[in-house]
Amino acid sequence: MRELKYDVVVVGGGPAGTAAASRAGELGLSVALVENREVLGGVPLQCVHTGFGVHVFGEDLTGTEFIQRLIDRLEGLDVDVMLRAYVHSIEAADGWKSLNVVSPSGVARLRARAVIYAAGARERSLFEIGVTGGRPDGVYTAGEAQALMDLYGVMPGRSIVIIGSGDVGLIVARRLALEGAQVKAVVEIMPYPGGSMRNVVTCLHDFSIPLYLRHAVLRIMGARRVEKVVVARVGEDLRPVPGTEFEVECDTVIIAAGLRPNVRLLEDVGVAIDPATGGPVVNEYLETSIPGVFAAGNALVINDLVDYAVEQGELAAEGAHTFIERGIPRRGWKRVARGRNVRLAVPHYVSGERDVVIYARVRQPERRVVVQVPEAGWRLPQMGVRPPEMLRLELTRELLARAAGGAITLEVKPLE
Amino acid sequence: MSERELTCIICPAACTLRVTVTPDGRLEVRGAGCRRGVEYARLEVLEPRRVVVTVVKVRNGELPVVSVKTSRPVPKNLIREIMRATAELELEAPVEMGQVVARDICGVDLIATRRVRHVKDIN
Repeated sequence: MRELKYDVVVVGGGPAGTAAASRAGELGLSVALVENREVLGGVPLQCVHTGFGVHVFGEDLTGTEFIQRLIDRLEGLDVDVMLRAYVHSIEAADGWKSLNVVSPSGVARLRARAVIYAAGARERSLFEIGVTGGRPDGVYTAGEAQALMDLYGVMPGRSIVIIGSGDVGLIVARRLALEGAQVKAVVEIMPYPGGSMRNVVTCLHDFSIPLYLRHAVLRIMGARRVEKVVVARVGEDLRPVPGTEFEVECDTVIIAAGLRPNVRLLEDVGVAIDPATGGPVVNEYLETSIPGVFAAGNALVINDLVDYAVEQGELAAEGAHTFIERGIPRRGWKRVARGRNVRLAVPHYVSGERDVVIYARVRQPERRVVVQVPEAGWRLPQMGVRPPEMLRLELTRELLARAAGGAITLEVKPLE
Repeated sequence: MSERELTCIICPAACTLRVTVTPDGRLEVRGAGCRRGVEYARLEVLEPRRVVVTVVKVRNGELPVVSVKTSRPVPKNLIREIMRATAELELEAPVEMGQVVARDICGVDLIATRRVRHVKDIN
């Protein structure tokens, strides 16, 4: 078996992995970037809409334009790009990590001082959201529908019901409406939309697409092709309210029920997973519970902006560089505790000795609030917070140094 | 006097804006938590514009379509017409990212946002 040695192996060639590989290369490390598809790029390859790169490039780009710029950054760097290469397993004994990789050129064992895991996310399926009924043709995830239309020019259907109101579903609803399909309903079980308000307005309101909040699709009906769905209102407990069922005729159902980090390889190697994010537990270097194994992008936490995935990729690369050059401190970590109305927060541990960015989501929408870390005396008043819109909080070293004890608490409180 | 209800998309507060056009033609915006919301409402009511993105057919390309965008935001009421015009288009590969693939469709150009190579150029 071929054995190849690198400073860093990056798993996944989407925005986070590509950014991580180029940053690691810029820092003078030797890098392998392992991607299982035929091309680098990941999710943005099929995103023809704008809204990408406002933070990273200071320009409003389409996903396709954004990812090309990111890929172009690899040119001239010491980065071996391996395409159609599957990471079968990761081994992290002491010191070197090994990645067993299968590709068209055979099986290889990549030996690395550090690993950056950026394998992205998968879409939640019908089976995870409790929809029963038949399994006729015409059921797609939002990502599948997007790829069909915008990579391959194929319309998934003519008369559509979308389950869930995540951002990808909203974007797909607009593309379908633009192409002349009838989007009959977007059905969301929660009392608020799953995507950003910007997408609700520019994708649904612009095209008069009805959004049914507090509703669920109970059953998909159809012999060979989808014929209709049964919808019902749900109560506070999110269970259907008897007697509220109604039918919507359609030929296609699209599932837009959110994403889950792809963490199987990390779990296999024994990395600790945070149930709140579905991704690994990390410190401020984005290092997982296994020293020298880092995570970034949607494999770490589901991001709603690609810019954040890129930022995490670069941060993980800098973490890997620190790990290789002088080691990462192993003591004195402060836990980031989740206080009132905070559903998740990443990273999970901070040193208090460096500036950090904390990515967080709230549990429920709330207006006129203050986001705060009482131990550091830090407060950020906000007009409003919503679960689909991730908070990106910058905490300086000076502030964190004020926090005594083993934890800091991130909390959201009503503004007095 | 007509009233329109809008959802502000400037920040996650998502204020509900009530916009009234007074008989003398002035705009009144209620419900905005800040000045940016008032400005947003003004633009959305008087001159709503969007960048239109879609895909256009490509002959002999590695992919059957290429993604495109309008060179600038267009008035919302022109979106249908632009979609009809782009549906008629058919390009020949290769198409470069940034290439102007059609000029003056409702006053704007159409720009490719992806590279699509010719089938014979793929190794």
